Amino acid sequence: MGLLDLLLEPLSYGFLQRGLVAGILIGVICAVIGTFVVLKGFAFIGDALAHIAFTGIVVAFIAGFAFYLGALVAAVLAALGIGVVSRRAGISTDTSIGILFSGVFALGIVLASVGIQTYTVDLFSYLFGDILGVRADDLVAIALLGALVLLVVLALFKELLFVSFDPVVAEAAGLPGGVLQMLLLVLLAVTVVVSVQAVGVVLVVAMLVTPSATAYLLTNRFGRMMALGAGFGALSALIGFYLSYYLNVPSGGTIVLVASAFFLLALVFSPKRGGWRRLFATPAVR
Amino acid sequence: MKGQPVQSTIANGVAEPATSAPIVVRNLTTGYRENPVLQDVTLTVERGSLVGVIGPNGGGKSTLFKAILGLLRPWSGTVLIEGSPRRPGPRIAYVPQAETVDWSFPVTVHDVVLMGRTPRLGFLRRPRARDHEIATEALEAVGMQEYRDRQIGELSGGQRQRVFLARALAQEPSILLLDEPVSGVDAVTQHQIFELLERLCQRGITAMVASHDLSCVAQRFDQVLLLNQRVVAYGPPEEVLTQELLNETFRSHLLLLRVGERTFVVEDPDHHGTA
Repeated sequence: MGLLDLLLEPLSYGFLQRGLVAGILIGVICAVIGTFVVLKGFAFIGDALAHIAFTGIVVAFIAGFAFYLGALVAAVLAALGIGVVSRRAGISTDTSIGILFSGVFALGIVLASVGIQTYTVDLFSYLFGDILGVRADDLVAIALLGALVLLVVLALFKELLFVSFDPVVAEAAGLPGGVLQMLLLVLLAVTVVVSVQAVGVVLVVAMLVTPSATAYLLTNRFGRMMALGAGFGALSALIGFYLSYYLNVPSGGTIVLVASAFFLLALVFSPKRGGWRRLFATPAVR
Repeated sequence: MKGQPVQSTIANGVAEPATSAPIVVRNLTTGYRENPVLQDVTLTVERGSLVGVIGPNGGGKSTLFKAILGLLRPWSGTVLIEGSPRRPGPRIAYVPQAETVDWSFPVTVHDVVLMGRTPRLGFLRRPRARDHEIATEALEAVGMQEYRDRQIGELSGGQRQRVFLARALAQEPSILLLDEPVSGVDAVTQHQIFELLERLCQRGITAMVASHDLSCVAQRFDQVLLLNQRVVAYGPPEEVLTQELLNETFRSHLLLLRVGERTFVVEDPDHHGTA
């Protein structure tokens, strides 16, 4: 069997085709938003939003409406809440988010086991992700929401860059700093929701952070970091997808492992001297 | 190139005719949470003047700037920028004290200066050749053009300050607010920054410069505002920079040294005040 056959064989199944396309789309979207996540230190917020989205999914199952709607409402509301809290000085944002998200997630777990015994297996696949469970209508949702996120970032690219780099001066120069900061959190929420089904609550943060952090080690330009990150995200999804198919291992975990391997390679071969030191000297959140 | 005057394009953005004074502050009281930092501050800044804002740390210099920028609402009193109480937007450029940004952010010097064009461009428009030109001219004005492709974190403190000044210039403002622009900057750079500011003011730009460090800069201002929560004094430096008024401002003992035309103020080594 030639290489081409190896690559084409999985694609003869519709559900595998959808899984691959979904993985690549998610890899790109996560890395674009992940650029801001890495630079602003929003990884914890991304993680929190994924857990809160899970509870939204549980509630949607119980109430009998589309899980995307439940996840979106929960994650966006949480993002707005976090946005409000983080603009107030004096409260430890990390602690507030920690309390909020673990509480909401715990509620989701209890609701899931009490409210919907018959669906629990299905539901817990959201925790670890099931890229092969992506249906045609899920793929449409991923594509539409993902396109929305990318369009907004593209349209407000220079504003988001200015506000991320120097929020005080951006606001002083007349940009709506608070609104843009809030928008960034909402985009993060939408990205998390789009990714949860395929990569799972637990691993979403890896797709947000790892490809963008890899790109960060390789360039000094913001736009290039975003483009390179998207490349690493898509490539990780592609390679991880095939590996998981042929090795018969979980897709979400495999994709993240590939992304982590890229990161380690970049760390070793980074042209920036002391690149790893720069990365782990994390920027202040505000 | 360092001594070259600022290119005309930067001054062209100033050509907005305005009859009223660019900055009018009346009975302003404001602060953070429940703590008033400024109390009953009144001052008028004339077009094209270079105003020094001098006072101790915590005396309200940055707070006054934030109120002028519209980042902080007056609790009482009014702030009028070119006759309007609305937020001024890109007409005012602000250079804050530098330590607030993430120095490992993946942006070059040119990228940072180009950010100054963002509010002028408006949403959905990308910087064009003209904007890149203006950014380059602004970098030339502060003598940093040879560093344009450096990552921002690779620069020294004084160089970073000059890049932020260039970003402010790229905004084509009619008013410049500089918070401690010469702290941590060597004497030559200090001199260059003030020469640049003087040239900008001759072109009709109004500049306010906050400093808690008085040595060597005091004589360059048209007006000096002595600020410690309240206006202690506001007027030409030769009237305002007196031992008595400075003591009242800093509430500690300062020595005033006059050497020829110049005035030097140093902290009295025998006293440790709040300055």
